[in-house]
Amino acid sequence: MKRLFRNFAFTSGLVLTVLILLAAIAAPLLAPHDPNVPIGNRLEKPSNAHMFGLDELGRDVLSRMIWGARVSLRVGFSVVLLASLVGVTLGAISGYFGGIIDVLVMRLCDILLAFPGILLAIALVAVLGPSLNNVILALAVIGWVGYARLVRGQVLKVREMEYVTAAKALGAKSPRVIIRHVLPNVINPVIVMATLGLAGAILAEAALSFLGLGVQPPTPSWGGMLSYGRRYLGEANHLAIFPGAAIMIAVMGLNFLGDGLIDALDPKYRKLIR
Amino acid sequence: MTQYIIRRILQMIPITLGILTLIFSLIHLIPGDPAVQIAGEGARPQDVLSVRKALGLDQPLWKQYVNYLGRLAHGDLGRSFRTNESVAKEIASRYPATMQLAFGAMFVALLVAFPLGIISAIYRNSWIDNLARFFALIGVSMPSFWFGPLLIIAFAINHPWFPVSGREEGWKSLVLPSLTMGLALAAILTRMIRVSLAEELNQLYVTTAIAKGVTRGKAIFRHALKNALIPVITILGLQFGSLLTGAIITEQIFSWPGLGRLLIQSITTRDYPQVQASILVIALTYIMVNFISDLLYGIVDPRIKLE
Repeated sequence: MKRLFRNFAFTSGLVLTVLILLAAIAAPLLAPHDPNVPIGNRLEKPSNAHMFGLDELGRDVLSRMIWGARVSLRVGFSVVLLASLVGVTLGAISGYFGGIIDVLVMRLCDILLAFPGILLAIALVAVLGPSLNNVILALAVIGWVGYARLVRGQVLKVREMEYVTAAKALGAKSPRVIIRHVLPNVINPVIVMATLGLAGAILAEAALSFLGLGVQPPTPSWGGMLSYGRRYLGEANHLAIFPGAAIMIAVMGLNFLGDGLIDALDPKYRKLIR
Repeated sequence: MTQYIIRRILQMIPITLGILTLIFSLIHLIPGDPAVQIAGEGARPQDVLSVRKALGLDQPLWKQYVNYLGRLAHGDLGRSFRTNESVAKEIASRYPATMQLAFGAMFVALLVAFPLGIISAIYRNSWIDNLARFFALIGVSMPSFWFGPLLIIAFAINHPWFPVSGREEGWKSLVLPSLTMGLALAAILTRMIRVSLAEELNQLYVTTAIAKGVTRGKAIFRHALKNALIPVITILGLQFGSLLTGAIITEQIFSWPGLGRLLIQSITTRDYPQVQASILVIALTYIMVNFISDLLYGIVDPRIKLE
């Protein structure tokens, strides 16, 4: 733990992530105004009264950004949770049992990996319809593959260990062996992947919202705000600058956190995950 | 080599078939009755019927699939709902613009990454190395949909040197979109070249060459760099594939009339045949580029063929 906190990347990433998390949780307390109600002149520049200015409908940009953090983190955590749950389960089953299940799961992984990720997400949202839940679903569909391959590879190694053989010899059933003995020994790289996956999911949600396929207005999301802000670059560039900066800081913070975790836990994970 | 190529082609067949199946099933993922959804809420029953017929949705699933593959084999990608033109024609007219953008971005990335990566590896832990590493960090963290608008603010609005959008002004139109798309790739390549060359510079053959009187410059550029570039070539190929998907966003930022913009426009107008065909062409190009870069990798590093 001490080594973890001495790592600059980890601590700076942790601070940034905690700040964004706090902003999202305490949005109703922190946001100075209602994010969906116009409070002044449209496209008003940043001032003492409105630190980040007002948007194209006269709504407070800072308040919308604080509420937007909720959307980003909700998507991020939901995608990581869903993708890792599916990926870890399939990867563990595939690696532990082998045979036809392994072949099927791995071929599916190959197909999904051969397909450019964001393109598949766009395709899925295009047919399912743009909404927060569909974005989460689409990103989870492309996200589980990484976990499955990682866990399968680890399980293949662990299942040959003596303690697994011992557990089996003592009569433990397969699900028990997987859950009690195999998974705890492969979970560290999964945690690192999840941290980096959180950054990827936030970025992908912002990209989809930017393309108009993500969260629909008036719900504030960073990508959506940037997309609308792009139309007023000449007269009110603050509309694009601030939400974009928020996305970059969040992604950078989480990447730092993930990198720090890799260095602290085991630098070999870098090869496994990237 | 022939055996290696055949093996790679054989590996590619099931994956391509899988992707075709995935794209075929897209239309069936539309919630509810796809024909009703495509015709739009409140459409007349005969309109729904004609959509169903046009897409062949009135036939059994297996027949739809066989017909789909058969049409693809004949190069028939379907007709656009919006224009009733062949979607392949529309794609063919947009494809060069996307390729131009991808090559532009690749050019920018190479122009930045090569000198920066090499200098960074030679002068490790110096101020210039730290600067290059900081640039790489910013490059990979900065989303293109933010970097693009920032470039527009700086170089098209505050200093009107380049056009804000479009493709009408020749090379001038290409500069900002290429920079937007090339930044992340430049960052990745800089890191890669730095690590790869630094590793080679530590090898004994470089020390031997210098000990035998070869100048340091020659040892770096003639011996070490050659070997250091092997992994970089693979990354370059794989990244060219991702440039194609990156183009979807960049084309949207700069209203660049390419395949990515066509895709988003078709999604907005619910022109599903155009959506399906655009996705298919982008995905197949991506696979082909990856395949070619795999082959190249086999050529530059003979050890790969043996694996």
